[in-house]
Amino acid sequence: MIQAIAFYLFAFTMITSGVFTIFARNPVHSVLWLILAFFNAAGLMVLVGAEFIAMLLVIVYVGAVAVLFLFVVMMLDIDFSELRAGFVRNAPLGLVLAVVLLAELVVGILVRSTGDLHIGKAATVTATPVGLSNTAAIGGLLYTRYLFEFETAGMILLVAMIGAIVLTHRQRGDTRGQNISKQVARRPQDATVNLKPEVGKGVTL
Amino acid sequence: MSCARLVARRLDRAHPHPTLPLQGQGFKTLQGMAIVIGIGHYVAVSAIMFVLGVLGIFLNRKNIIIILMAIELILLSVNLNFVAFSAYLHDLVGQIFAMFVLTVAAGEAAIGLAILVIYFRGRGTIAVDDVNRMKG
Repeated sequence: MIQAIAFYLFAFTMITSGVFTIFARNPVHSVLWLILAFFNAAGLMVLVGAEFIAMLLVIVYVGAVAVLFLFVVMMLDIDFSELRAGFVRNAPLGLVLAVVLLAELVVGILVRSTGDLHIGKAATVTATPVGLSNTAAIGGLLYTRYLFEFETAGMILLVAMIGAIVLTHRQRGDTRGQNISKQVARRPQDATVNLKPEVGKGVTL
Repeated sequence: MSCARLVARRLDRAHPHPTLPLQGQGFKTLQGMAIVIGIGHYVAVSAIMFVLGVLGIFLNRKNIIIILMAIELILLSVNLNFVAFSAYLHDLVGQIFAMFVLTVAAGEAAIGLAILVIYFRGRGTIAVDDVNRMKG
């Protein structure tokens, strides 16, 4: 019973957060509603016993991606009034499209038959074997059978990081940086020089 | 009344299956007993979130940041779907794939926001209506 209450609470809050993400006037509010949606999705995942993915959602999605959204939204000085101009014009067609899409999805659920698949009962809902924690079970599968995909995901993240840096990096004309190769190539005999300045005269280096 | 409950009631009345544990089994008992959360609940929530994401892209056509957030909503719904099916089918592969979807979503958000930043640097606005102008 408590599971049903928790499910409906999380689901209702998530859907409401999704609605407000789209319809909020202030984009900072949109990001905050998106963060709430992520938290509730993590709660829903904890309910079915997938706590590793739920915590991953909180740490990666909320902690990194949503914060990145927040940084960008607050950093760019955007005039949002002109951006909402097309909102009312697109609204009727958009709502019709959304209703049609939802109807198609619901009909797809209604006419489905599971065939040979056995959709398990709620009482035994869990994906991990008995005795293992969810994290240990995922680890046992990820680093053995799906090792290649894991490494590929790492490469994807590396490429994304390099891409983001390459895209946004720019040379500013007014900064004076250090020349590392010049510093490394300095020889000890060039480091100091003994001069004998005459009285009253300066030294040119 | 949520979509899934309507679906389940209709399934119960039309095709009563005593052996196959479909999603409507928990709703036969109305008073006193607990509501069983089936796979249909999770699929319904995931479908609604997906549709909200698509609607968000449709309504906020000029505002690229809200479009990116709507894409994140779509990816969240897909993740929830994967995890729910992984739990109800007792197969961990769904959660592993959800992790990869999460990875790709994070990478795509980073690159999308980087492109947005340099677009804003060049144009001074993020209205993507006239993005077909090639001069950057």
